[in-house]
Amino acid sequence: MGFAATAREDTGFRAVLELADDCLVLGHRLSEWCGHAPTLEEDLALANMGLDLLGQARALYAHAGEIEGKGRGEDDLAFLRRERDYCNCLLVERPNGDFAVTMARQLYFSAFMQPFWRALAASSSDATLAGIAAKAEKEMAYHLRHSGEWVIRLGDGTEESAERMQAAIDELHRYTGEMFLISPARRDAIAAGILPDPETLRPEWERTIATVFAEAGLTAPEVRVPQTGGRDGLHGEDMGHLLAELQFMQRAYPGQTW
Amino acid sequence: MSAPVQTGQTGPVDASGKAADLELARAYDAASTVPDPEVPCVTVADLGILRGVTRDADGRIVVRLTPTYSGCPAVIAIEMAVQTALLEAGVSARVERVISPAWTTDWITKEGREKLRAYGIAPPAGSSGGRRAFFAEDVIACPRCGSSRTTKISEFGSTACKAHYRCDACAEPFDYFKCI
Repeated sequence: MGFAATAREDTGFRAVLELADDCLVLGHRLSEWCGHAPTLEEDLALANMGLDLLGQARALYAHAGEIEGKGRGEDDLAFLRRERDYCNCLLVERPNGDFAVTMARQLYFSAFMQPFWRALAASSSDATLAGIAAKAEKEMAYHLRHSGEWVIRLGDGTEESAERMQAAIDELHRYTGEMFLISPARRDAIAAGILPDPETLRPEWERTIATVFAEAGLTAPEVRVPQTGGRDGLHGEDMGHLLAELQFMQRAYPGQTW
Repeated sequence: MSAPVQTGQTGPVDASGKAADLELARAYDAASTVPDPEVPCVTVADLGILRGVTRDADGRIVVRLTPTYSGCPAVIAIEMAVQTALLEAGVSARVERVISPAWTTDWITKEGREKLRAYGIAPPAGSSGGRRAFFAEDVIACPRCGSSRTTKISEFGSTACKAHYRCDACAEPFDYFKCI
């Protein structure tokens, strides 16, 4: 917990950083599919969604840097922090797995983020953040529909696709609770009217997931031990590998531009 | 080319009808005719991403542009092209990126929609907003033969702003400028 405690001196910065890290890490995961997707159309779709998330991350990092006021820009925050300084939720860093895992992860995330951005755009006291949110919400609507349709198609597909879709749900469901977790930074940001309270979004998220699962013939597993820790900088083993690739150029050639 | 365009575009003529600021008019004309690098049949004004050409408190001309999608890689290219066009027109101006209000396909002008169709890209159907149901299909007319017998191949096409369709009548594949 010590790592995060020092970073929490500035509530607004940390709260925006959590959002930026979610977008960057998931965007990076989707980019790993480039050239590997099951079909050309899906390759394009995954890259497109990754690009949306990367664009959102850039705007959020730039804004976080301004709030922090220490001269750190989007590149400093994306490329020059250590693993423990990243405060993304664990869901987004989960490895791509098979296509079912990637689509389940995208569904869980976008079913939460679309209403989250919508609520933020409508009510945030931070005008810049509300502007970023209004754009992001439209983009997440496409991600939600795309991933939802795939989860339904695969869950309601062949014996093997249904089995693999259910396995993906069984693996990832335990990570979804962290999206609703209220970190100290988030608690202060909610109190300041910057971020919406995620609890108010839970009914819509649950309804979306239940609708998709019902159509797909999938069953949400009972979660006995919810997985959390990302907001405190406590990540899974895979996060180090992700960052090694993400940060390689700036670490090997500091300050390099192209 | 400085015809007034819909939804809050700021042309060179102010609300009181004064058109005395010729430099501002020149800046608007230069900026508004810059083509989109990925969809060169339309200009930044046609797309509604040119949000205004005004003077700031210090009297400096400001050209405001907004990105289509958060991650649109053409943003920097567009800003540079506008900056270059302004320089070539002999106008000293600052290009500013604005993200709010969020761009919507509703801001693409009527003229822009026709240019897209003529270029082979189906313009956005209907207006943005509202969450669509899973597997909901819009009827998108083929930009080449006009048939509405078309099939969506993928909601994500060659650029962030386009989806990929096929016409079942003339068998041509085509891009659809999707609604956001």
